[in-house]
Amino acid sequence: MRTPAHLADLAPGQSATIAAIEAHAGLRNRLEALGLSRGQRVQMLRRAWLAGPLHVRVGMTELMLRRADAARVGLEAGLEAWPVAA
Amino acid sequence: MAGGGVSTIAVLGMPNTGKSTLFNQLTGSHAHIGNWPGITVDLMQAEVDLQGTPAQLVDLPGIYDLRGHSDDEAVVRRFLESTRLDLVVVVLNASQLDRQLRLALQVRQLGLPAVLLLNMADEAKRFGVSIDTASLAEALAMPVVLLSAKYRRGLGEARHQMAKAIAKGVTQEGTDGAQAAVAQLDACLAEGDDALQRQIAQLMERSVTLPPQWRDRLTRRLDGVLLHPLLGLPLFFLVMALMFQAIYAIGVPLQEALGTLLDSFGQGVIAPLIRGLPAFAQGFLLEGVYQGIGTVSAFLPVIFLFFLAMGVVEDSGYLSRAAYLMDAFMERLGLDGRSFVLSLMGFGCNVPAIMGTRVMRDRGLRLLSMLIIPFSLCSARLNVFLFMASVFFAPRVGGLVIFGLYVMSFAAAIVTALLFKGRFASNEPLVLELPPYRFPTLRQMFSRAWLEVRHFWFWSRRFIIFGVVAVWLLNNLPFGVEPASAQSFSGWIGRALMPVLGPLGINPKLAVALLFGFIAKEIVLGGLAVIYGQANPLALGHALALDVNWVQAVSFMLFTLLYTPCLSTVAVIRSESKSAKFTWFSVLWSLALAWVTSFGFYQLATALGWGSLVLH
Ligand SMILES: Nc1nc2c(ncn2[C@@H]2O[C@H](COP(=O)(O)OP(=O)(O)O)[C@@H](O)[C@H]2O)c(=O)[nH]1
Ligand SMILES: [Mg+2]
Repeated sequence: MRTPAHLADLAPGQSATIAAIEAHAGLRNRLEALGLSRGQRVQMLRRAWLAGPLHVRVGMTELMLRRADAARVGLEAGLEAWPVAA
Repeated sequence: MAGGGVSTIAVLGMPNTGKSTLFNQLTGSHAHIGNWPGITVDLMQAEVDLQGTPAQLVDLPGIYDLRGHSDDEAVVRRFLESTRLDLVVVVLNASQLDRQLRLALQVRQLGLPAVLLLNMADEAKRFGVSIDTASLAEALAMPVVLLSAKYRRGLGEARHQMAKAIAKGVTQEGTDGAQAAVAQLDACLAEGDDALQRQIAQLMERSVTLPPQWRDRLTRRLDGVLLHPLLGLPLFFLVMALMFQAIYAIGVPLQEALGTLLDSFGQGVIAPLIRGLPAFAQGFLLEGVYQGIGTVSAFLPVIFLFFLAMGVVEDSGYLSRAAYLMDAFMERLGLDGRSFVLSLMGFGCNVPAIMGTRVMRDRGLRLLSMLIIPFSLCSARLNVFLFMASVFFAPRVGGLVIFGLYVMSFAAAIVTALLFKGRFASNEPLVLELPPYRFPTLRQMFSRAWLEVRHFWFWSRRFIIFGVVAVWLLNNLPFGVEPASAQSFSGWIGRALMPVLGPLGINPKLAVALLFGFIAKEIVLGGLAVIYGQANPLALGHALALDVNWVQAVSFMLFTLLYTPCLSTVAVIRSESKSAKFTWFSVLWSLALAWVTSFGFYQLATALGWGSLVLH
């Protein structure tokens, strides 16, 4: 599986490394304070139905975030995105 | 000591790291404890004894970043700028040092004197995180203590380090420098995020060992069920319904027993005591003051149980999950998952729920949330409904009526949001932590519920006494008038309101009760008791049932549900929105919605001839 370009498109179970946060300073601060910063590994745990929020894990923290905000988290390109055992 | 006198110590940390729990354990007082990021909104302050040295401890709201711009972050920055601190206690979640160390680094950069407390040591151990505190202390050049506030482990060492840091003393120049640094915070913390990130990585490498694999099996499994795309929401509503069922199954009999007890105390003990006084004074004391207070006290057991249950749900982390489950729906209403959770908390009391909107940064989102929270059927209104339902309906039907009112409460909020989401548009990002599941200790549960009951009592007492006394006076003035008759002031006011309230089936007596309900819903029942001149709830019910039919009663309940909850809510909307215009808008909108709903119901039901049906 290819790694998608943005966190919003990661499939449940897939992990990837964050390449960049493409957001204005306010949102970037908040995302980084919650652990979403460059170089960190994120894992998609689940995606709510009806275009609802995402449940992700980054480092030792679990977060929910909206798809629109997750679309601002760029991922490193990679051919393999290892599904990590839950 | 910077100011001479008692030292001041601030507790700083990210939301949900256990600051309030630690604060309570250190000071012995009980601040509000919640598992909802950012609920501590007032600055709680209390004296703490540090091995013989007294100090003031201040519990700050949780913040993510000293440079942040949410209301809470502004509060903290203002506090740091304006207060001469002897010590900052930085509280971090020990399992999440990988992201939380940034706050400790920022505090160090500002040069504030600090002690670092790594809380939730129990969880860190369970998750397989191990921390070398000595090496971390050396690298950060500040004392580091690993502790568990909830289970009271490591508190002694924390006190010791705090006392030591204070004894070492902060120089005048030191605090001045730090205060100046906070004033130019952005410049001082300008050092890029990358540098900060590198420092955190180095510290983690040096002092922390993370588990190779995530270990919280329990949370993983529970989430699999509770956040299930199909089962999640039905389960959540089932849990809520069961919770309410249990509260009322236990609480209502308690309430009735207490009511009867207080009533016989009034008749048996107080009445004989004041027999010598003039009739007017006797009536004032017994039917006015005592009865009004009694009505409210009888209601305390239900509140206690409500907050006991709510505390468990909140502390467990399930409310954050509710935000996840409801967000897709709330987003379509122009709100977000947090608005839903705050509305749920509004079912206890609207006032703290409205204050809780401070976690939102976007003004449109905040205002829209403040607009819908007052429709949450709070415990004071529930008190009125429980009584009315028991008077006008057989138990089974009564339960349905109460349920219907809850549905109306949601419907009013949804309709309001849909109508006004355009006017209060927002595009606030939503990023929330989903903490691991936790279960509060018995001590936490009871002290929390007790605190809420005390709070309710202090908060409502003034309104109730004032309200009940005022109702009684209106009923019995001018002197010599038949109480609550057409000639009394209240009869006069009731008639004056008839052109507006008559079409809703609300008679002059109920109209007076509604008028006073504007001050606080706690007054409505006490007011009715005074208006109908019946102390005993059973007798009051009888008198009411003779006076109005069930359609009128339901119309009255609908109006009570939807119009302004109480003056305190209005006051807090005013202070939180900082806009008189918005406050007026909120009050007038709720009045309009209440009027239209009651009018529609009453006219339709009357046209269908429901009024003559007997449902008891
Ligand atoms: N496991 C564990 N939970 C804790 C500890 N301290 C606090 N908590 C829980 O963490 C949650 C947040 O605590 P609170 O004091 O409200 O955090 P605050 O937002 O920083 O004030 C509550 O559910 C507490 O019961 C601890 O030492 N261990
Ligand atoms: Mg707190």
